[in-house]
Amino acid sequence: MSTLCAAAVVLALLPLGFILFYIVSRGISALNPAFFTKLPKPSGETGGGMANAIVGTLKLIGLASAASVPAGIGAGIYISEFPGSRTSTLVRFCADVLNGVPSIVVGIVAYGLVVLPMKRFSAIAGAVALAIMMVPIITRSTEELLRLVPVSLREGALALGASRARAVWSVVLPSALPGIITGVLIAVARIAGETAPLLFTSFNNQFWAPGLDQPTASLTVQIYNYAISPYDDWHRQAWAGALVLVAIVLAFSMLARVATRRLERMNVG
Amino acid sequence: MTPTELEAPGVTVREPEPRSEDAAVRMETRNLDFFYEHVQALHGVSLAIAENSVTALIGPSGCGKSTFLRCLNRMNDIIPGTRVVGDVLLDDIDIYKGDVDVVDLRRRVGMVFQKSNPFPKSIFENVAYGLKINRTVRRSQMAERVEKSLREAALWDEVKDRLDDPAMGLSGGQQQRLCIARALAIDPEVLLMDEPASALDPIATQKVEELIYHLKTSYTIVIVTHNMQQAARVSDRTAFFMMGRLVEYDRTDKMFTNPGEKITEDYITGRFG
Repeated sequence: MSTLCAAAVVLALLPLGFILFYIVSRGISALNPAFFTKLPKPSGETGGGMANAIVGTLKLIGLASAASVPAGIGAGIYISEFPGSRTSTLVRFCADVLNGVPSIVVGIVAYGLVVLPMKRFSAIAGAVALAIMMVPIITRSTEELLRLVPVSLREGALALGASRARAVWSVVLPSALPGIITGVLIAVARIAGETAPLLFTSFNNQFWAPGLDQPTASLTVQIYNYAISPYDDWHRQAWAGALVLVAIVLAFSMLARVATRRLERMNVG
Repeated sequence: MTPTELEAPGVTVREPEPRSEDAAVRMETRNLDFFYEHVQALHGVSLAIAENSVTALIGPSGCGKSTFLRCLNRMNDIIPGTRVVGDVLLDDIDIYKGDVDVVDLRRRVGMVFQKSNPFPKSIFENVAYGLKINRTVRRSQMAERVEKSLREAALWDEVKDRLDDPAMGLSGGQQQRLCIARALAIDPEVLLMDEPASALDPIATQKVEELIYHLKTSYTIVIVTHNMQQAARVSDRTAFFMMGRLVEYDRTDKMFTNPGEKITEDYITGRFG
């Protein structure tokens, strides 16, 4: 039995090890200061970097989070506060359905909602697509974590004369905060690697995008474009881009752990 | 024990008789019925709680004593499907009447729970919580009030050097006294305690009991307990509940030496329950 389990563990971890090894071994050679600071060179010229795509990805993540974190946490609070109501059953169901919508479909929706009326590809459109994907993840994780907060804490606050909203805001929510932050960062890690919803929303850009209403480069789309190109130098840069993307996602996961631990120390003493 | 036996002619529910030697009545219930959905948990409970004294509520599990306690600060309001019939008076004002502010009521009638429930905040923040939400105290006086409450709860000397440490790091007994300090900080008139020492070791229990004894000079205390000795030690009056009814209510010394009802004696002497 334990041998079987051990074999399963190895089998589960093998792809991760393989991916990491492959990406690092292929990507590290193209990583240099220019990769982080320079714009892409026109096809045929060697050199250049993905500075605009790195910044673009961070911009998209930031914008999408700014929109989805308040909405997701708010909806999560609503579901956990009014668990039996028809609205919260509906909201929970919608969140689950939304979670299952293919990302390319979300991209099409954002295209119709934002790109068509604005008549241009933009960072805003890309962020809307990503935010739509983040909201259900954050909503559900917030709800689960709020439900784990003992009733006694809420009663303690109410018994001191706190209103219901006050009790949630000042006691229940802070108690669940470490987990909620983890949920948010998991959502970020999940959407940071998305390509499909960006293809026809934020599109791509070989130059710096000065505003949020401009087509914006992202690591994922840039990797896609470079990987299907016929140039060796672009292939190498695509590998480097993949390495940076994995590093960004990993950094968010680690940040989640550190933040969680810090806050939990306050909670358990 | 079945309900019919309880309703037998021999067992009468006593109205608390006013006594000249007793202090003024602070809280009073009149014919209080309580329902969880369709289950009636309290049947016509009438009980007067004297000012600056300790009133103990005893009885077997599920007899309604905790439910009764939670009626006194409307804590049952947060459970959906509950219903109250009858009067609960605080200084002759019915706390279930429409114009009573629950927030204000709970400020006047504080509560300490069975399981200590400090907030995941610092020791200081825990005690200051009630003061902050009620905005009754200026920031400059906050530290003073926190110290006063911690002293009242006999916890100050143990925590004065680590007020900014997480409250969760305290021992079980200290956590419970912190919860008492937290309840005292907003200056309640009545303090409800739901088995406050049931999760504590004997030494911590003794500290909490001593504390209750000292607190009754300035607060009116109602305590639910499963521990007969504890009721005998800390309370002035004892109410015995059985299947949602108040069976007997009298001075504690009389209840424990010469109870009026056979069933009270059986319970107190440990023949059932």
